[in-house]
Amino acid sequence: MSLTPDWAKLRADFPILNQQVHGKSLVYFDNAATSQKPRSVIDALVHYYEHDNANVHRGIHELSNRATNAFEAARTRTAKFLNARSGDEIIWTRGTTEAINLVAATWGSKHLKAGDVILLTEVEHHSNLVPWQLIAQKTGAKIAYIPVTGDEGTLDLSKLDSLLTSQVKLLSLVHISNSMGTVNPVAELCAKARKLGIVTLVDGAQSAGHLPVDVQAIGCDFFAFSGHKICGPTGVGALYGRYEVLETMPPYQGGGEMILSVGYQKTEFKHAPHRFEAGTPDISGPIGLHVAMDYLDAIGRDNIWKHDQELANYAYEKLSALKNIRLFGPKQNRAGLVSFLLKDVHAHDVVEFANTAGVALRGGHHCTQPLMHKLGVESTARASFYFYNTKAEVDVFVEVIKGIQKFFT
Amino acid sequence: MFDDINDLYQQVILDHCKKPRNFHEMPQCSCSAQGFNPLCGDNLKLFLTLDGETIKDASFVGSGCCISKASASLLTENVIGKSKTEASQMFERVRDLVTTGNTTGDVGKLAVFAGVYKYPARVKCAILAWHALIGALKGEVAPVSTENEQT
Ligand SMILES: Cc1ncc(COP(=O)(O)O)c(C=O)c1O
Repeated sequence: MSLTPDWAKLRADFPILNQQVHGKSLVYFDNAATSQKPRSVIDALVHYYEHDNANVHRGIHELSNRATNAFEAARTRTAKFLNARSGDEIIWTRGTTEAINLVAATWGSKHLKAGDVILLTEVEHHSNLVPWQLIAQKTGAKIAYIPVTGDEGTLDLSKLDSLLTSQVKLLSLVHISNSMGTVNPVAELCAKARKLGIVTLVDGAQSAGHLPVDVQAIGCDFFAFSGHKICGPTGVGALYGRYEVLETMPPYQGGGEMILSVGYQKTEFKHAPHRFEAGTPDISGPIGLHVAMDYLDAIGRDNIWKHDQELANYAYEKLSALKNIRLFGPKQNRAGLVSFLLKDVHAHDVVEFANTAGVALRGGHHCTQPLMHKLGVESTARASFYFYNTKAEVDVFVEVIKGIQKFFT
Repeated sequence: MFDDINDLYQQVILDHCKKPRNFHEMPQCSCSAQGFNPLCGDNLKLFLTLDGETIKDASFVGSGCCISKASASLLTENVIGKSKTEASQMFERVRDLVTTGNTTGDVGKLAVFAGVYKYPARVKCAILAWHALIGALKGEVAPVSTENEQT
């Protein structure tokens, strides 16, 4: 484990956190939606546009070389961040959503047929549901779900063996649930699936920047994440794909960058990853993300995870002491967020009140509508943390919740 | 702690969200419509009993945030006894009120929604029941959504 970081010093790297909202110090607890960016990432974007901006892979002039080198260095850095074998296993996307859509559209159209089963879980984000529903409609494949136990948000694995039929071609599941804070046993599940020849995808949107991730240790074929949730810019994310699997997949979109040679009738495509990257990509995005990954790993994702869990446990304990509150998510091994509902106060009212007290929460279905439906709720309020958050902020938040309860009784 | 919020959560609104009026199903209604707000998950059903052109009775069921519930509750009180045309006029007035803070003509108790325009994300909550009203009067079958509401 790396040395214990100076959290207060790190917090000062985030200019946005130092502001008043409605006359109160901002408490930013919506990190599961998007994280804030440190000065170094913002500076990297400015530096790129002030000094190195050019299109990639196209020119031989100096600026194009610089841009291309920085763009590809970010790819290699991402491979290291996930412990992939090489940068060739990293495809740039707009984020987790596009990464999953890419797999569904390309791997899915090639390998799925009528009668096949796509196995998901009941806690998935819409971005790991809808792309599969679309490809299922096209191919005639069916979707099955590993059930969730209830308010704890953990998976009920007692039925797993009966769900892993020979029709299952793909298992796709979330690493950390964005609405419950559950950490799924992805390595265990991927190992089981692999033995049966099932291809696996892990949605790492909530995990990549919060705990050490090793795609080889997890044993997944695909891993998707978003840059903006891990201190990087919006508009960039990545898909890790095991090279052997990527090479079986047809292109995603057609255009420049992804071709070897083009004729009027027939085109030869590049190998992975470039085959999946048509057109001019987001260039500044990967460059900013590179700095973000360096920043996180200098802190140590093991340290970040410890800090996340400490804050979440602290918040959970304090909220548990209140009356008329329903808490979601696991009691053990909780990721850095707490989802809850107050009796007789709608989540949106909670969020509106918190906002006037300077506290940024999220209220809604968190893009997990089927899960909300299953739990018999429309929405929850959620506080989600990152390493720049403090226990003092949790104290402010809990006082606000008490104030809301008082207001509505 | 919540200094700025009283213009949105007025006493009348709080009262109606805690104790909604006309909050029940109406099995013998003349028409009804469902309203759905994808943002909050507000989901309500509005029932009307008509006598010719006149709204004789109105009620609603469903769940939602304080603003949407209070709005539905106050709507039912407001439209009972009005003609269909008057109710549609009231919809226009309420829409102006919650999007701009101003309106022409008298809106009675509904004036408590004058602060909503300062909270653009909540306009949909305040207008949902009114869309359901128009849907019911038009006899629309598909649920009404606030998805396309201009805020
Ligand atoms: C678990 C999970 N999966 C997928 C996504 C989608 O990420 P993005 O919107 O960055 O593509 C999110 C973010 O909201 C998420 O929390």
